Amino acid sequence: MTTTENPGRGSSAVPPLLQTDALRVDYRTRDSTVTAVQDVSIVVRPGESVALVGESGSGKSTVARAMLGLLPDRIARIASGRIHLNGTDVTDFTASQWEGVRGHPVAMVFQDPLSYLNPVMRVGRQIAESVKRHDKATRDVQARVAELLELVRLPASTIRSYPHELSGGMRQRVLLAIALGCRPSLLIADEPTTALDVTTQAEILALLRDLRQRLGMAMLLISHDLGVVWEECERVYVMFRSRIVESGATQEVFAKPTHPYTSGLILAAQAARDSNGRFVTIEGEYSTAQD
Amino acid sequence: MKHANRFITGMAKHPSGVVAGVFIALLALVALTVGFFHNLDPYVLSDDSMVAPSASFLLGSDELGRSVLAGVLHGTRVSLTVGFFAALMATGMGILIGAAAGFYGGRLDTAVMRISEFFQVIPSFILAAVIVAMTGTGLAQIIAVVGMLAWPQVARVMRGEVMRVKQLEFVDAVRCLGISERRILFGEVIPNAVAPVLAVGTLIVGQAILLEASLSFLGLSSAELVSWGRMLNSGQRFLFNAWWLSFFPGTAIFLTVLAFNLFGDAVAAVFNPRNAR
Amino acid sequence: MANTPSTPTPSSGAAQPILVIDSVGKNFRIAGGGTFAAVKSVSLTVNAGEIVALVGESGSGKSTLGRIALGLMQPDAGSVTFDGTRLTGLPPEAFRTLRTRMQPIFQDPTASLNPRKTVRELLMQALWKQPGAGAARCTQLLEDVGLRPAAKFIDRYPHELSGGQRQRVSIARSLAMEPRLIIADEPLSGADVSIRGQVLNLMLDIQKKHDVAYLMITHDISIARAFASRVAVMMKGELVEVGPAEEVLSNPQHAYTKRLVAAVPLLGGMTAPASAA
Repeated sequence: MTTTENPGRGSSAVPPLLQTDALRVDYRTRDSTVTAVQDVSIVVRPGESVALVGESGSGKSTVARAMLGLLPDRIARIASGRIHLNGTDVTDFTASQWEGVRGHPVAMVFQDPLSYLNPVMRVGRQIAESVKRHDKATRDVQARVAELLELVRLPASTIRSYPHELSGGMRQRVLLAIALGCRPSLLIADEPTTALDVTTQAEILALLRDLRQRLGMAMLLISHDLGVVWEECERVYVMFRSRIVESGATQEVFAKPTHPYTSGLILAAQAARDSNGRFVTIEGEYSTAQD
Repeated sequence: MKHANRFITGMAKHPSGVVAGVFIALLALVALTVGFFHNLDPYVLSDDSMVAPSASFLLGSDELGRSVLAGVLHGTRVSLTVGFFAALMATGMGILIGAAAGFYGGRLDTAVMRISEFFQVIPSFILAAVIVAMTGTGLAQIIAVVGMLAWPQVARVMRGEVMRVKQLEFVDAVRCLGISERRILFGEVIPNAVAPVLAVGTLIVGQAILLEASLSFLGLSSAELVSWGRMLNSGQRFLFNAWWLSFFPGTAIFLTVLAFNLFGDAVAAVFNPRNAR
Repeated sequence: MANTPSTPTPSSGAAQPILVIDSVGKNFRIAGGGTFAAVKSVSLTVNAGEIVALVGESGSGKSTLGRIALGLMQPDAGSVTFDGTRLTGLPPEAFRTLRTRMQPIFQDPTASLNPRKTVRELLMQALWKQPGAGAARCTQLLEDVGLRPAAKFIDRYPHELSGGQRQRVSIARSLAMEPRLIIADEPLSGADVSIRGQVLNLMLDIQKKHDVAYLMITHDISIARAFASRVAVMMKGELVEVGPAEEVLSNPQHAYTKRLVAAVPLLGGMTAPASAA
């Protein structure tokens, strides 16, 4: 495994927002135990933009959910390793302890906003709920909701809309507003634009870039889209079948990948063709095809 | 077949359905074999009339000395026959009519819907009583009446399922293979839509048994047939002196209809599309 | 690094249109009255052996156009001509025979296979026009799409196969009809990036071996650029730009195409890694 990590920006006295040490997560089914994630150590420091890249079955979604204690209770288990959020060890947190930590300093947005929004509650109220819960210092909740909508570039009239009345891109912005209502220092985004059109995706990514700059927010982006990662993230971890196979500065890793899976992935993402005109695929031990 | 295995494993998760299923199987066994037991003849008269349940008459005897036990056991034949054939008729008609309505839509669908609403709105018992009074009290009439009244329930479910399945991509994929619409309806759509209908079918058996019992109770069935409803009819006069004449046939009706309902519920749960892989 | 595929030259030298979509329009009724124009007067031609990509985002009408081309939907205006014969208005019998030379690849391989049929049954369904064909032909088809050994797959049900395998079975079924045109609706959207190459290579092989033309409907511009020789861009029901792939995507003329191309995040600005084998 190659590590070409930049020595973290910011002084070493400030604890990283997110740090995992050799994390291992197992899923227990009736017949067997599957290791979804093993030996995963990632770090996200304040203000950074980091990507976790992988295909289906790599374990990247499991990692994302583990960060906020969102793994299914009886089936998933953190078998070994630790997770630290802002210096606090959250590995063995109980449900009630998690409630105090989620949202602030770490918030999360997901791939399919419709599944995460209450379909029978107006959007404005859902954002207000998030503010009331996670930002108790704010007195004027309505003003804050209006402020958040403006931050995510949604018209003020959205307050009275129901989720199904909004387009995919608008729903994702609502989810962002809810997350931002918690004043997070770190935003974990799990495939936030995968379900969106490419032009909408460009808008949302531009919005995220802008927000990160304005609020000094760090971002952990989970994605399978190498193009997005290239454009948005300074550092990248590449996952394959439960492990991190390569990590480092995005530009270096993509320009000079040292692990065969990474180079294969890049070629495939570029729809590169070999000398015979055939498309490059990843065969053999680094293939994700299950036959 | 794989589907049979999956059905059985699915049913195993519903103990009430399993118990009901076993009960129904026992009933069927009784109906098929009771005729061979000569000591269980319900028509035999004796001098021991109005005997309470005891060693000689396990479930008691009626005013003519006939064994209540024999009567209850023989009653299964009438009930199961009516139930089975009526449900068969209703299911058969309902599947064809509902599938055609759902698949072809348009005016055929509207016509079918209006007709089925007509049948569902009419008070079924009164209609049954009128028809039986006009055409006679045979078993065939009762089966026909129940079948005619019950097919709309099946047709509705079938229509809904067909409308859902016909939109699935594999139906279009087969269309592109140049296969005719009719073969698509029978070869692709109906087999994938029919499962929930089976659950409705078992519920109809219960309805049929109740309807027959009600008609018999009011004396609208043939006196020669041994049926639970008929036994209730003769027993009602003696309700307070000879409780056993009403209790056992009544319990038989109750348990049988309950069993079919529970079985139908379990079948419906197994075939619920939300439980699909 | 040249990514432009070479277009196979049709043997006659001149481009022969295999599919002509002429001023096709399609409206849908929306709830509460009024109509919604999903497709507005679109004209597009696919020549024999060519690969045309129809690119657009959600709501562009590209999938609707694809279904109209396949004959799964009737257009409200305009016509579709396949291999010289007008499809629109053709009597059902003739239509069914003709449409088989034009086959689909659907987006969701799970939904496009009847869950109650084995692979063998699914393939035999597609072989109805070749009465002599049997197990041998099925085996050959499966091996053609890379499912080897065929015996391992032929008696399985769709749910016993992986997503990629189901996709291949769908493709095998389409191949069985010996089509001259394949209309693929987002054939790569479910697949992992690293496996897309396999599906694309399979499509290339089919094109070379059987001289098949493709109309590939996709939202993914990079795939269109890599695979197609011509690109047509749709927005809100209209065709806004058509032309050779490299030209349209490197030097877009229409404002929407420019926006679309600019929005695609590319792994640009870096040289390709040394080994590409």
